Amino acid sequence: MAIIVDRNTRVVVQGITGKEGSFHTEAMLRYGTKIVAGVTPGKEGMKVAGIPVYNTVAKAVRNHPEINTSIIFVPAPFAPDAVYEAIDAGIKVIVVITEGIPVHDEIKMINYARSKGVIVVGPNCPGVISPGERVKVGIMPERSFGPGNIGVVSRSGTLTYEISEALLKTGFGHSTVIGIGGDPVTGLDFIDVVEMFFKDPETKGIVVIGEIGGDAEERLADHIKKTGLRKPIIAFIAGKTAPPGKRMGHAGAIITMGMGSAESKIKAFESIGIPVASTPMQIADLAKKYFSDK
Amino acid sequence: MRLYEYEGKNIFSRYDIPVPKGSVASSVEEVVKKISEIGLPAVLKAQVLVGGRGKAGGIKLVRNIEEAKHVSEHLFKTGVKGVPVKKILVEEAVNIIKEYYISLTIDRSLRKYVYLVSSEGGVDIEEIAASKPEAIHKIYIDPLVGLRDYHLRRVAESLNLDPENSKKIQIIAKGLYKIMTDYDADLVEINPLALTDKGLIALDSKITIDDNALFRHKDLEESLSADPREFTEEEVIAKKHGFSYVSLEGDIGIIGNGAGLTMATLDLVAHFGGKPANFLDIGGGASAERVKAALSLLLRDKRIKAVFINVYGGITRCDEVARGIISALEETGIRKPLVVRLVGTREEEGRKILEEAGINYFINDDEAAEHVVELVKNL
Repeated sequence: MAIIVDRNTRVVVQGITGKEGSFHTEAMLRYGTKIVAGVTPGKEGMKVAGIPVYNTVAKAVRNHPEINTSIIFVPAPFAPDAVYEAIDAGIKVIVVITEGIPVHDEIKMINYARSKGVIVVGPNCPGVISPGERVKVGIMPERSFGPGNIGVVSRSGTLTYEISEALLKTGFGHSTVIGIGGDPVTGLDFIDVVEMFFKDPETKGIVVIGEIGGDAEERLADHIKKTGLRKPIIAFIAGKTAPPGKRMGHAGAIITMGMGSAESKIKAFESIGIPVASTPMQIADLAKKYFSDK
Repeated sequence: MRLYEYEGKNIFSRYDIPVPKGSVASSVEEVVKKISEIGLPAVLKAQVLVGGRGKAGGIKLVRNIEEAKHVSEHLFKTGVKGVPVKKILVEEAVNIIKEYYISLTIDRSLRKYVYLVSSEGGVDIEEIAASKPEAIHKIYIDPLVGLRDYHLRRVAESLNLDPENSKKIQIIAKGLYKIMTDYDADLVEINPLALTDKGLIALDSKITIDDNALFRHKDLEESLSADPREFTEEEVIAKKHGFSYVSLEGDIGIIGNGAGLTMATLDLVAHFGGKPANFLDIGGGASAERVKAALSLLLRDKRIKAVFINVYGGITRCDEVARGIISALEETGIRKPLVVRLVGTREEEGRKILEEAGINYFINDDEAAEHVVELVKNL
């Protein structure tokens, strides 16, 4: 089955006429993703890679009622508007690629989405890919992914491609790979996604790729301590050498107020029996050890 | 972006948060002049954005003009913790009865605003959190609901103040919320909030602005480009070229693409016993031009003995990266041992460019990291 995106996914691309939007629309179409419409205000009537463009999401949905997913490439100052517009048009999965959205906007739009039962992936993320279903709603390179039974959830982009490819080369393909985003506030957290993987019959093992900043990893560990480890999980944490008070590339990758160190996250995972790889390549060894009989 | 204490206090005054009488001075003469307006004893506070400013001698009580001259001269001359002092805040001294802590920030995981309030002010919140977490009260605000009076009453209730100061703390807490939203702050902190014989007064201010929101605060953006504050020269250059950079203590320069991969690369070097000199993420889809700027920055850094470039090409093209590497070497004319690990989009083309220039490359990043650490050891 896979999670969040599968063969029934029908996509509208918001910001389709921009450089990134059009480039990745073509890449997603090549991969097999069913994109049915695009939205850019003022560009209605245009086509991008054969996909019709509309001024509003509401009209795109009216003309293509099968739309259930949106991917957003709109620049940061306008991205919150695009998210609200998608929510109000009834779309239930919204993938926000945009980096640099102010955090005050993020907490409002994500609370609104969650109150409406809408899944927001991101912001500032590479998106979601389900290789067995030939669908990606995101910007990740094809070569790192292949069909299989491992679910991957991560706060980063390139590191996810790297680890996914290492898994693939070791013989472990992916059910779904999802980047939840590198901002301090994200629509989905590790608990949300790990729960989805627990419930997904196709997923046999889970890889969690965390990093410094916040307490998403510690919360996942707490959650699993209370509810049980229902499928094997292995992990990697980036940022062991990061100094406190400095943002390491991602807006969310910062140790503040004594919280968010790699040490604390590794300790939390190991205390509940989730092994943590000491290098990205070591994930493949852990996969052999923990996933092989699955 | 962090604001200086005096900037924060200027904002506080406009939002009905009481601060000590005072103003900022840029020279010893100005300090003397301000003291003649405010009176003695006075407090001189170096305006620098470093932690532990008080312990490092950046805050001094002065009882007479001679002492004020001496202290301010010293501060202007020597700085605090290696950071030069350009401005000193001159304030009236107040009689402190008790110190409280109050801040408003964002709880990342709960996606809410949260007031942190404590009767144990005056020390870092990290210290209170570590030694006495039960002394920190948290009052959450759902951003869709916004601030309501009951939130303010709960703030007051958690501090057990007398009725008059209960009213005052609510005005202060309301001011913090307005500042938070008006300025797109991600932290507004008063520590200590002092109970004095004249009532509650904010003795310090800490305001950090969400960097992602600076586009709607042009005045702050301009003030940041005029004075880069906590950002180093390298960090400013990096920002101009569209990559992110953080300086570290070691001697191995690091370039990666993507924040996660770059952090993992630092960790990898440390794992094999090396010391990374920096974090440098060229970001997604970097052009040869950006790679050139990044590598040139590290080549010119005298602390750096060797550079490790770790790129996994997704949107980023390996041939662009390779071209950037070559032109950085050509332009700077500086030679340092380079270890390049390059895989992904257009890796064949990228490797060919490196081969022609006689630069070794790796496919496995563990091997590459181990190699660069060995190289530096044997230099």
